Amino acid sequence: MDADLTERIARNPKYQELKARRSSFGWMLTILMLVVYYGFIMLIAFNKPFLSQRLGEGVTTIGMPIGFGVIIFTVVITGIYVRRANREFDALTEEVVREALK
Amino acid sequence: MSRPLRAQWGLALATFAFAGAAWAAGGDLGQAEKQPTNWTAIGMFAAFVILTLFITKWAAARTKSAADFYTAGGGITGFQNGLAIAGDYMSAASFLGISAAVMTGGFDGLMYSIGFLVGWPVVTFLLAERLRNLGKFTFADVAAFRFEQAPVRVFAASGTLVVVAFYLIAQMVGAGQLIKLLFGLEYWIAVVIVGALMMVYVLFGGMTATTWVQIIKACLLLGGATFMALMVLLHFGFSPEAMFAKAVEVKTGIASALGKAPDAAAKEGSSIMGPGGFIKDPISAISFGMALMFGTAGLPHILMRFFTVPNAKEARKSVLWATTWIGYFYLLTFIIGFGAITFVLTNPGFLDAKGGLIGGGNMAAVHLATAVGGNVFLGFISAVAFATILAVVAGLTLSGASAVSHDLYATVFKHGRADSTSELKVSRITTVGLGIVAVLLGIAFEKQNIAFMVSLAFAIAASANFPVLLLSVLWKDCTTKGAVVGGFLGLVSSVALTIVSPSVWEATLGNPKGSALFPYASPALFSMVIGFAGIWIVSLLDRGARAAQDRAGFLAQQVRSETGIGASGASGH
Repeated sequence: MDADLTERIARNPKYQELKARRSSFGWMLTILMLVVYYGFIMLIAFNKPFLSQRLGEGVTTIGMPIGFGVIIFTVVITGIYVRRANREFDALTEEVVREALK
Repeated sequence: MSRPLRAQWGLALATFAFAGAAWAAGGDLGQAEKQPTNWTAIGMFAAFVILTLFITKWAAARTKSAADFYTAGGGITGFQNGLAIAGDYMSAASFLGISAAVMTGGFDGLMYSIGFLVGWPVVTFLLAERLRNLGKFTFADVAAFRFEQAPVRVFAASGTLVVVAFYLIAQMVGAGQLIKLLFGLEYWIAVVIVGALMMVYVLFGGMTATTWVQIIKACLLLGGATFMALMVLLHFGFSPEAMFAKAVEVKTGIASALGKAPDAAAKEGSSIMGPGGFIKDPISAISFGMALMFGTAGLPHILMRFFTVPNAKEARKSVLWATTWIGYFYLLTFIIGFGAITFVLTNPGFLDAKGGLIGGGNMAAVHLATAVGGNVFLGFISAVAFATILAVVAGLTLSGASAVSHDLYATVFKHGRADSTSELKVSRITTVGLGIVAVLLGIAFEKQNIAFMVSLAFAIAASANFPVLLLSVLWKDCTTKGAVVGGFLGLVSSVALTIVSPSVWEATLGNPKGSALFPYASPALFSMVIGFAGIWIVSLLDRGARAAQDRAGFLAQQVRSETGIGASGASGH
């Protein structure tokens, strides 16, 4: 890619927007994932009795839905990113590329 | 030839090996007892081998250029690649090891599953698309994009080969133990079979054959595990509460049979429903968690898979599919572990005189297979476990071979002027070399407890490969010197801290208890900081002409990483 094309794309406001939106969304979700995962570890490290509390009459503890919840959250948050990227970021990328190469 | 090699590795072994680490219990198969020869399992495995050899033959006809060899020509779809990544990632150790950990500790077993899963979103959000847009064959293509090629490639190849070596040894030893256990074959025969088959897949079929072996294995493993989990849930009328209640009852019964008072027995029984002794100190827990989470984003054989798809969109889809399948698989192993408590621990036919599982602790899922599906299904699960190892080692070997042929030979020695034919030739020679080394190491490490090796591989990937990759892609001021110095610091510190941790220093080297310089279970918390800080400080202090060039190259790299303009293989798709 020549320097001229690079400069032109870099100056395109749509490119700036794509970069800013993707980067802030990506980092936001990354931080969310870190908070959930390390929150779970901290809960295990510092508050075991909380996770061992029983839900209602049976033996199932509050830790079970939380643990399963972390697994499901991991898949869902990945899905949320991919969904937005497929719709919004790809459309924006296409526009940037089209304008750059015309 | 093999004698001096083995002697040399005997030395390495004295440095690394150690006995017993609770931390890595979910990633290791441990020692196994040889079982009677199981012909059903061998027959089913033979069917798998014949099928995959046909695929290899078909793939060989399509493997003409270096691009075909490394990336299957970039023609794999996101869905297929997602399955292949899952096939690369779900090892036999995680299937048998995690279900066994759940059977023993209940809730605590979830810690492994979650740790191995949470790295995937990070890969998706920060790396997958950018990797695809910048790279061609190996992650070094990305890490070295705007830098001086030779030093960064040498670092990346070192990072790749060290990670691959530890991972490969763990898999080879696991294969030998598993086959002894499931098929009733001699250890060395199993290691040689694994080595020979993986060589054939990679040598002739390259990435195309490796991908399809991984896809088939992923489908078989997911199918088999789904069947087992369904049978368990069916027994309890699809009520998790009923399953948990029965498991607690069984564990309580075992505790009272061992002479515990009713109160203490009930307490022990219900302990499987909450966190137990798995996390001892928070620093170890965080450090171990970091190794698993960020290590995923630095495993060379996984990163390489992103170059097999045509574009960034497919790369992104592949991680979503991979995360979905892997997450689903870990939910299944949890149900399988609880199923093993209720079906296996209650059946004297699966227990030895001392109340342990016949064949060793890791047989939980295997005995459950017999309990829910009889002998034929036992054969099926055994064959799947073997196939699983094959798929993982094939991916590892391919990744190691690419580091040597693409990063070292073509870029460093030939300065990027190697033609595709000679590069392909070097990859194939390296594949044979790696196969032989893997078999020798597998035999040399037979009697060792290699539990720490997989977690060490993750720690190195997190402390060396991941920081270099992340900062080279996202941080403008990163320079060649910074990446190389910081990367090597992360690599050396993660290995060194592991050696002076209690599990290696005290348990293996026989030093007195409490003498280990590094008290925690995983080095990642510290070695990752060392790696990142090394890159950061050296880059900031770097004022050379090359550093100016490195920084000036950032804009073009960023534009390509964000838009995909100029990306390898982007045209024609």
